[in-house]
Amino acid sequence: MRSDRLLTSLTTMPLFIFNRRQLLATLSALSLCAAAGLAQAADEAPEVFIKRISNETLDSIRADKSLRNGDVGKIIQLVDAQLMPHVNFRRMTALATGPAWRKATPEQQKRLQDEFKTLLVRTYAGALSQVSDQVVVVKPLRAGQEDKNLVVNTEVRGRGDPIQLDYRLEKTPGEGSGWLIFDLNVLGVWLIENYRTQFTKEINSGGIDALIASLAARNKTNAKAS
Amino acid sequence: MSLQLRKLAMLCVAGLLLVLQGCATVKSADARDPWESMNRSIYNFNDVMDTVALKPAAQIYVTVLPSPVRTGVHNFLGNLSDVWSLVNNALQLKGQATAETFMRINVNTFFGLGGLLDVATEMRLEKRKEDFGQTLGYWGVQSGPYLVLPLFGPSTLRDTLATPIDMQGDVTRQLDDTATRNVLSFSRALDARSGLLQTVDVIKAAALDPYTFIRDGYLQKRQNDVYDGNPPAKFDYTESGKP
Repeated sequence: MRSDRLLTSLTTMPLFIFNRRQLLATLSALSLCAAAGLAQAADEAPEVFIKRISNETLDSIRADKSLRNGDVGKIIQLVDAQLMPHVNFRRMTALATGPAWRKATPEQQKRLQDEFKTLLVRTYAGALSQVSDQVVVVKPLRAGQEDKNLVVNTEVRGRGDPIQLDYRLEKTPGEGSGWLIFDLNVLGVWLIENYRTQFTKEINSGGIDALIASLAARNKTNAKAS
Repeated sequence: MSLQLRKLAMLCVAGLLLVLQGCATVKSADARDPWESMNRSIYNFNDVMDTVALKPAAQIYVTVLPSPVRTGVHNFLGNLSDVWSLVNNALQLKGQATAETFMRINVNTFFGLGGLLDVATEMRLEKRKEDFGQTLGYWGVQSGPYLVLPLFGPSTLRDTLATPIDMQGDVTRQLDDTATRNVLSFSRALDARSGLLQTVDVIKAAALDPYTFIRDGYLQKRQNDVYDGNPPAKFDYTESGKP
């Protein structure tokens, strides 16, 4: 009884202390904070996160005709603006490179990241330009996964057979949307594992610089072809 | 299987064994691919055949036939191959997948105009593609060394040994009429290749060495399929990216 009364007086007290204007200001400030908290979505579930960025990307492509015409420059812009903030690309490049990454200078690491990113974006630009009426179906999360290495399975449905598209995520509280992608699986093939062989072969024949050079050469050929 | 085909298959196996003997001494960078030098030659041969024959044929197929017709062909052939998937789902004791595939075949055959329409997928009866290689994998048979087959492309020793059984199980090969059988086999090749027109170009643009890229991709994909999309992770992700 007594504690009840105490609680009531505590909760009603501010109403008496603040005048109306102050109260409005406080309330709106509070709701802004809440909205900001939601936008940051620190507690967003991994499958919700994947669903959201998939749909955002699909919507942007549908809304822009030049993207669907395969304008590589525009697609790179889109990837930079919408996808890269959700990707730990440094970790992806490091994993694809393997032990040689640690021995590379920061300058080499940067060039390697840039060339690898160009290669991936350019080769997948074609796939992105095919987007029309596809739907991304996010499958239920498999139980017993760890936050630092968690797979979200999705399927892209549209014309033809569904395409398996999985993401490997790490939880990064307070950074980005709380999750960062560090590997991608297309049709049952993990990207990083497949690139490890490609990279190792070049590193064994001529070190990190040889790898950077052959990535740059491939990018040049691809640029000419498109 | 016709007598000629059986003879041809035996000849291929005999030839293969001879070639494998010859290659046994060549060192390879990857333990999963001890016959790399032979595989690379066959890969190059297949690549040439694809460039001069199969790819142009698939391009003509795509240009000549409108998209709905090609979808019809794809669904029709898919419905026929669901029969062998049904058998393999059953052999892997996958109750739900077996029942769903059985439903798929019935729904698509009777309500999908003999398989031309894939009504089942829209009814959430998903396709569960299984072949005999996957069935062997499910029961613990390891894939064995990587093997590139002339014209057929990437395979493994296990999958190669399973191929004749897959052929036996293929409904289209049980038909008596040779002409119909050939038309069906031919359309299957065109359907498969036309579905991969962009994919193959993407792979070639994405790879530094297309041979190893396709090999690693194939081995990963087969493992993925044996485990129905969730194979045990064997890649070491713990390595830190910090310098």
